[in-house]
Amino acid sequence: MSGMLKNALGWVDDRFPLTKVWNEHLAEYYAPKNFNWMYYFGSLAILVLVNQIITGIFLTIHYKPDAKLAFDSVEYIMRDVDWGWLIRYMHSTGASAFFIVVYIHMFRGLIYGSFKKPRELVWIFGMIIYVALMAEAFMGYLLPWGQMSYWGAQVIVSLFGAIPYVGEDLAIWLRGDYVISDATLNRFFAFHVIAIPLVLVVLVFMHIVALHAVGSNNPEGIEIKKQKDEKGIPLDGIPFHPYYSVKDLVGVAVFLFVFALIIFYMPEMGGYFLEHANFIPADPLKTPDHIAPVWYFTPFYAVLRAVPDKFGGVLAMAGAIFVLFLLPWLDRGVNKSIRYRGPVFKAAIVAFVISFVALGYFGMQPVTTAGTWFSRFFTLVYFAFFLLMPFYSNMGQDKYVPERIEDK
Amino acid sequence: MSEEVQDKRRRLFLTAAATAVTGVGAAYVAVPFLASMNPSDRAKAAGAPVEADISKLEVGQLIRVEWRGKPVWVLKRTEDTLTELATKIDKLRDPDSNESEQPESCKNSARSIKPDVFLAVGICTHLGCSPTYRPEVAPEDLGPDWKGGFFCPCHGSLFDLSGRVYAGVPAPLNLDIPPHEYITDTRILIGSSGGQA
Repeated sequence: MSGMLKNALGWVDDRFPLTKVWNEHLAEYYAPKNFNWMYYFGSLAILVLVNQIITGIFLTIHYKPDAKLAFDSVEYIMRDVDWGWLIRYMHSTGASAFFIVVYIHMFRGLIYGSFKKPRELVWIFGMIIYVALMAEAFMGYLLPWGQMSYWGAQVIVSLFGAIPYVGEDLAIWLRGDYVISDATLNRFFAFHVIAIPLVLVVLVFMHIVALHAVGSNNPEGIEIKKQKDEKGIPLDGIPFHPYYSVKDLVGVAVFLFVFALIIFYMPEMGGYFLEHANFIPADPLKTPDHIAPVWYFTPFYAVLRAVPDKFGGVLAMAGAIFVLFLLPWLDRGVNKSIRYRGPVFKAAIVAFVISFVALGYFGMQPVTTAGTWFSRFFTLVYFAFFLLMPFYSNMGQDKYVPERIEDK
Repeated sequence: MSEEVQDKRRRLFLTAAATAVTGVGAAYVAVPFLASMNPSDRAKAAGAPVEADISKLEVGQLIRVEWRGKPVWVLKRTEDTLTELATKIDKLRDPDSNESEQPESCKNSARSIKPDVFLAVGICTHLGCSPTYRPEVAPEDLGPDWKGGFFCPCHGSLFDLSGRVYAGVPAPLNLDIPPHEYITDTRILIGSSGGQA
């Protein structure tokens, strides 16, 4: 039997590099031996992507991308389709889960210096994935055609209208109409279910290829490729499969446990994952009294609202995302991991996290004078974290980074 | 010049020429796809004028009429409001409506043809939310100086009761006034300017 399998594998290998790919990316891909829990979130992001694609396919079987039918077809899925509620909640909860996973994944990269040389492209591909993911989530949120879908899309598409000279035409071109309408819904459906998912899958592939070319970073920020044995295997590396493939399964189990709890007991998350106003059909004549984007956009939304100028606000918001792309060149720190960096950098990270969370909070709240001033303050902190990084990132960095990853 | 170098230069030229021609071709092929995303002829044709009947409109009342998929407000204002609108101008960004869109007949402090009947496209010039009608004087959330107007719940832009934007808020322009004409004393045709463009 095993002889036959071997022959079959040999037959395939002569025609397709199956064993080669398996070895390069799994069985002989050497990852640092000291990954901690934060390293679960890369594989979890793939898991959530698969969840979104599969549940998404099954939702499109029943959903109707038509302004007259969309809202009812979602309610139809929720009430009349067998297990439709489960598939829909897996998809809507999956969207929020995706951002939770991705934010932790990015934060991990930030504190351990995983974006630094030679991993700049890993970071850049990751950032493009993040932007594509935001577009994907935004367009998906229009599809239920609720009040929040409609007015959220109205605001975000109008952002393009703020661009001087070409903005208004660009916004009309994006909408395919002078207002958000059936034409907009139909095209957002096309982008959401095919165009952006394809781009996402290709980008994830490039992200992983780039990562596997340079090798994974680790919580110590030590390059394991600098210390190899006579066979060229990193001394502090272990094969991804079976060591991390099995370890990641533990992460998957814990994640699915929490994920299922949310799906079954709090799929709307008190209005944070699915906003209350979205259970009212879209009404082009009336904006809800309080509109806010879904939680994962609110930090940037707060930046937008903090600037008392239309184009300025849009620029600030776009800048808040764009500045992340520059991270590999803004951080001049010699040491990668936060474990070997000075107190100034650590304090800056704390300030950044506080400002990001605070902006997220104020982005959810109705406009108040105090809230606007807080948003302005935290917007400044947010930008200062990045733009002052070239000056402070190497301060007090006198710790010695060991050559090898020490066993604890 | 040796033959080999000559060949290499020829090859480079041919490659560059072929790339350029392919690029031009690709750009042309992209046009129909990009243009297909423009508003269709049907969407363009959907902008027919709509009629609003104001015979039952009471003073202080605001009704919404859908025109081209957008809300158009029709509001009957009080005498006090009109006096107020004619006087206070210091807090407004563009009190004379020089930058905003309105028919020539509405370029006055009331921004309307008939002083008391105010029409506007109820879409904030910031990011397209529909502001809420807040006629009350000095409510708690808008402060003691509030003399009535429109408040955009999305980003906090403020407009007075003739749709003029306050200074220091995100919205850059006064609210648009749609072209409109009176068919009779109580019937307004929105989207038509009586022959003028």
